[in-house]
Order: sequence, then C-alpha cells, then structure tokens
Amino acid sequence: MKVTDKDVAYVADLANLELTEPERAGLGRDLNSILDYVDRLSELDTSDVPPMAQVSDRYGVDQSKQGSERFAYASREDKPDGLRKSLPHKVALEIAPDTDGTFFLVPKVIER
Amino acid sequence: MPADLSSFTIESVRAAVRQRTTTAAQLAEACYARIQKEDGQIGAFLTLSRERALEQAERIDRMAADGQPLPPLAGVPVGIKDVMVTRGVRTTAGSKILAKYVPPYDCTAVARLEAGGAIVLGKLNCDEFAMGSSNENSAFHPVRNPRDLSRVPGGSSGGAAAAVAADMAVAALGSDTGGSIRQPASFCGVVGLMPTYGRVSRYGLIAFASSLDHIGPLTKTVKDAAIMLRTIAGRDPMDSTSADLPVPDYVAELEKPVRGLKLGVAKEYFAEGLDDEVRHAVEAAIDQLKKLGCEIVPVSLPHTPYAIPTYYLVATAEASSNLARYDGVRYSYRAPGARTLSEMYRRSRDEGFGTEVKRRIMLGTYALSAGYYDAYYLKAQKVRTLLTQDFEAAFGKVDAIVTPTSPTAAFRLGEKSNDPLAMYLADIYTVTADLAGIPGISIPCGETKEKLPIGLQILGKHFDEATILRLAHAYEQAA
Repeated sequence: MKVTDKDVAYVADLANLELTEPERAGLGRDLNSILDYVDRLSELDTSDVPPMAQVSDRYGVDQSKQGSERFAYASREDKPDGLRKSLPHKVALEIAPDTDGTFFLVPKVIER
Repeated sequence: MPADLSSFTIESVRAAVRQRTTTAAQLAEACYARIQKEDGQIGAFLTLSRERALEQAERIDRMAADGQPLPPLAGVPVGIKDVMVTRGVRTTAGSKILAKYVPPYDCTAVARLEAGGAIVLGKLNCDEFAMGSSNENSAFHPVRNPRDLSRVPGGSSGGAAAAVAADMAVAALGSDTGGSIRQPASFCGVVGLMPTYGRVSRYGLIAFASSLDHIGPLTKTVKDAAIMLRTIAGRDPMDSTSADLPVPDYVAELEKPVRGLKLGVAKEYFAEGLDDEVRHAVEAAIDQLKKLGCEIVPVSLPHTPYAIPTYYLVATAEASSNLARYDGVRYSYRAPGARTLSEMYRRSRDEGFGTEVKRRIMLGTYALSAGYYDAYYLKAQKVRTLLTQDFEAAFGKVDAIVTPTSPTAAFRLGEKSNDPLAMYLADIYTVTADLAGIPGISIPCGETKEKLPIGLQILGKHFDEATILRLAHAYEQAA
C-alpha cells in the first residue's frame, strides 16, 4: 500500500474535495492499483531525457527566442492595444449562482 | 422531404440545397424527427438547439433561393459534443456541475462550422469532462451503440459517433485527449479524425488536459472529414497554441495518388491483448493498401508499453489543475446552505463531480504534490519525450503508420465500468498520438462475426493531415 488513508485525506484537502468515507476507501484502493501500474515507468532510465510539457516544445517553435517568447505562437494579436475585450459585467453575472448585482456573493471567508 | 437521411453526405447535402431538391429547414426537421424516433433508446443528444438550427437553416435557404454561392457546409445538420461551448445553448460537459450552464460565447470551431453553413442541431452526450472510453461516465445517461444496443459506443465522444452512425446528424464535432474521437468512431463504424495539436483552435473547448486536447470531426466519409477539417482549421488569436500555418485544400489533396507512399507497421501495436478478429481485419486492410501501391515498412515504437501510464499521469495532472476552476462562484453548480467559503467549494465539488472525475482529480493532485512530483509527473513528462522520439525516428523512414484503432470491437455496457485500469487500457493504441501531438484518423475496416465495426487507424506526421486523409480515402474507395 503506497497511498494510506491519511494520504487520501491530504490529497482530497489539496483538491478541495470532502469525499464520503466509502468514497475515500474506494479512491484509496483505486489510486494504489493505478500507481502500481504506472510504476513500470521506473524501468526506464530517463536521467538524460528532457521533460516535455507540451507538443509545441518540440514543433513550430523558434528556438532563438527565450523565456515566454519561446512559448509557441505566443503572440497576442487579439491585444493590439493591450486590452482584450471581456464579457460585459451584466452577462458575466447573469450565469453566476449568487450575486448582489455588482459582485459575486460567497459565504464568509474567515472561519472561526 | 428527404426520404433517406442515411444517403446524405456533406457534399450531397450542399448539392441538394443548392438545386432546391430539399431545403436546409426540411433536412433539419427530418433529423429532429429521426432524433425523436431513435434517440430515446440511443441517448446521443443531451440538448437540442432547434431555434438556433432553424434560424440558420432559413438563412441558408434564403441564400439558395437567391442563387448566392453556398458555403462548403451549407445546410449540413451537425451535432456538437457537449464539451464545446455554444452561446445561449446549455453546455454541460456531461457533468452535473455544469448541468445548468448556458455559455455567453461560442467555441471557435463551432462558430467556424456555422460560418461555413452548418446547422447545429444540438449538443451530444459524452463521458463527464471527456473522461472515459465508453460514455458510461456521463452524469445524465449512457449512450448505446446504434449497431448493438447492448454495447457501448466508445468514448468519450460516444454521442457524436452514435449520432452520425444512426443518421441523426450528417456529421459531428468531437474532442480527443487520449482517443476520444478515434475509438468511438471505430466502435460505431464511422470516420473520426484527430488533427495535429495546434491545427484547430481549442478556444471554447472545456479543458480536460490542455496539452493533449484536440477538436476534430466524426463523419460518414473521409471526404466529409476533409471538408470539416478545412472549415475549422487555422490560426485563432484566441488560442495561443493554435498554429499559424497555411491550411491545405484537403479535399483537392485526396485525389493525389497513394502509390509509392511508405506505410509503417509497428509490431508493438499487434502485441498481446489484440483481438484476433481485429487483427485479421487490420492485416487485410494493410494488404489492401499494399495492393494500392503503398510500400509496407516494419517500424518500431519501442516505448509504446509505457504510453498508458504516461498518459494517465500527464492527463490527470493537467485535469486536476484545469478542474480547480469549478468552485461554485462564477458559473458552475453551487451546493446550497454552506456556511463558509471552504465548505461551499468542497460540497459543490463533491456533489457536482462524478466518481471518475474525482478519481482523476485525486490521481493528478497526488502526482503533482510535494514529494511525488519528480517520481510521477516529471517522470511521465520525460517518457513523453521518449514516446515522441519513437515517432520522430519512425517518420524518418515512413509517410504514415497503420495500426488498429482499438484492441477490441465495442464491449458491453457494464463490462469494464468497475475496473478503471481495464477501461484505461481500451485507449492503448490511441493515447500515443495525443502525447506526441501527431494527427490520426480511424476509418471502418470490416466487421466482427457479430457484425460489430472494426477501425483502422492511420497516424501521420505533424501537420500532415493531408497524407493520412489521402490514404484513408484511397482505402475507403477500394474497400
């Protein structure tokens, strides 16, 4: 058993999930069986292999550019004046679960 | 009134609308009538957009009546997988957490289809957030395979494949992150094309795993797939990963000869686990391509056995991050009665997400968490490089690679739904193309003894959809 009940609780906490007791038990079992299977990756020596975060790391990128400039196709012609059109305030609020007409409303943030 | 929807392709719809032998409105109504009659038992559609469809149909019919030139998809009734947002039409991603979401904007691919004359009939069922290989993970209801109602249509674009197979739509848009266009196309006996990563804008595609997500067509013919791709492809300023490359005339390219093309066959795709009937059908298809003048070349993709573990680490890590946005604040489901913000987040997500989505969020969060990042996520990213290098080496020798799309034909509902690993292995021949970002197409290549469709997959070089479409077209015409 790699993943203990305590790990499941910790990861659920990170993921903002509460989960019922049966869900936690089931997910713990599933995670262990999936992790056992993915462990076969450790058979491969990857010490000299660069990681690949996305396809455009390898294709279509001008390698002379550095940093965020190197990010494939990162130009933003949708922002000619530095401003991108956003949704009208009213439209954005219309689909929200709760608002006061100006802001999204949420339950209180500070717990005591 | 069109007598038989099954005979219509994109090309013949446009011709019929132009010649006024039918109208776009009549065709749309015929599709709705068929949906009304058939979809109760299949379950392909989640939402119908009748008003939007008929408005667009009238526009096309007016153009036809006025003798104006018609766009390439004029009057073509299409369905859209419910992971692509549609302005004013409910978009759920197959999830309870978006059950009431009516988006305020359109996905670029959908907007381009409509600009190309297509009629959007409605939104198609899928596995929740496109996570699944059988469509059984839909929060609403499963989809049944039109060829055998006791079997799954594949997933996650199960509704899209079933709608086209059952003639409820002439074509559909799906999405593919690990095989979700090609595998259901294979199970339902239709054509499914995953373009190169970056060929089609992802703007308005509800994110599952951003470095792996692709939009592509499901159609009855290869030519229809070529027309659809031509319409939706190309640079979009709203997606910084969309490629700024010219879009070829895929339809014209179809007619080029295939003689002399080199086709790779990788033994790793014919290993243990491949069903005998599927193997025989795919081998026969390869023989057919050889008869058409292609040269068959053995290639090796040695890291293939590591593809599924790599995929399930990369995809779940990205998903855990992408799905953090469903917090119940701005547009998704909010659980009632929570007393604190933290409780509201947790209860909304607990109640809104289904089991498979939670499983993947948990796995992805674990793989990214302190102490495990190097062992899992970083390791998987490195193996992703190796898998991609396998293809780069193979494509140094061949023009395309032919494989089965799926190790088996459609399985039964419930057969794998309690075993996540068995379900993940259904994608064994498709995930590698997503990881490497190369294009792939699945086309029908025969049936099992039980009359279940079998799919042939053709994988191509980066941005070389033209060659795989040409090969698929040549096979389709000869078969």
